[in-house]
Amino acid sequence: MVLFKAEKDTLTAYLGGDIDHHTSKNFRDEIDSEMARLMPSVLRLDFRDVHFMDSSGVGLVMGRYKTGLIYGCKVVVASMPPKVEKIMKMSGLGRIITFEKE
Amino acid sequence: MKKINEMKLTVQAKSVNESFCRVAVASFAAQLDPTVEEISDIKTAVSEAVTNSIVHAYSAMNGNIYITASLYPDNMLTVRVRDTGIGIADIKQAREPLFTTGGDDRSGLGFSVMECFSDKLKVTSKEGKGTTVTIYKKIRGKSVDES
Ligand SMILES: Nc1ncnc2c1ncn2[C@@H]1O[C@H](COP(=O)(O)OP(=O)(O)OP(=O)(O)O)[C@@H](O)[C@H]1O
Ligand SMILES: [Mg+2]
Repeated sequence: MVLFKAEKDTLTAYLGGDIDHHTSKNFRDEIDSEMARLMPSVLRLDFRDVHFMDSSGVGLVMGRYKTGLIYGCKVVVASMPPKVEKIMKMSGLGRIITFEKE
Repeated sequence: MKKINEMKLTVQAKSVNESFCRVAVASFAAQLDPTVEEISDIKTAVSEAVTNSIVHAYSAMNGNIYITASLYPDNMLTVRVRDTGIGIADIKQAREPLFTTGGDDRSGLGFSVMECFSDKLKVTSKEGKGTTVTIYKKIRGKSVDES
């Protein structure tokens, strides 16, 4: 489940529930269609309501980063619970994507 | 080592079963009184192994995933996830961080996550025969918090 909030040129996607290989297709499609519709210059992915995430979540962020490059849209990751952050940090994604602190 | 308890589960390699598998193993492990973090670690490691069987082992075919969770003395939990899919040619390379044969949606982190979230990870495989991943996790439980 994804809730969207658009403010100026920033689109925030609030991700909720479990992110695994099965559910990530849905997250991906919802985010990509909203990105294509609004053409934001910043996409914020907010993880505060994510209860479970495996490496599929890293793939999801990496994929949005690549899509963002095509649109000229920057990707920011926000409000990661500790267990989500642990996996994101392992990926080295922090070198190319901003991890926003509260 | 003497086995104290065991649970076996067979599921079809369908992505909808991923959450069921990790929750089932975590429920079985609950008898060891694990911490919230340990439960989360188990779920994540199992999810990685099961997803690999679905995505890589059986990418173009149907098949079953066989899960065995066992308890040993001193709160040792082992979870074996076995498939009879395509197998892995070079296990050492497959276990390297960021190595992937998957598409754009895969990051090549599954084995690293399994290693990080367990005490030991054993991988055996034979091309054309299948792969078995065994996750070893000692459940230290709430006793650690008290000390
Ligand atoms: N059960 C399996 N059967 C066949 N090949 C496998 C299996 N598990 C892993 N592999 C191979 O090992 C590689 C690395 O696996 P790993 O889980 O680390 O990364 P990934 O699945 O590619 O990406 P991620 O887990 O981050 O989504 C895979 O790309 C695949 O080639
Ligand atoms: Mg994987």
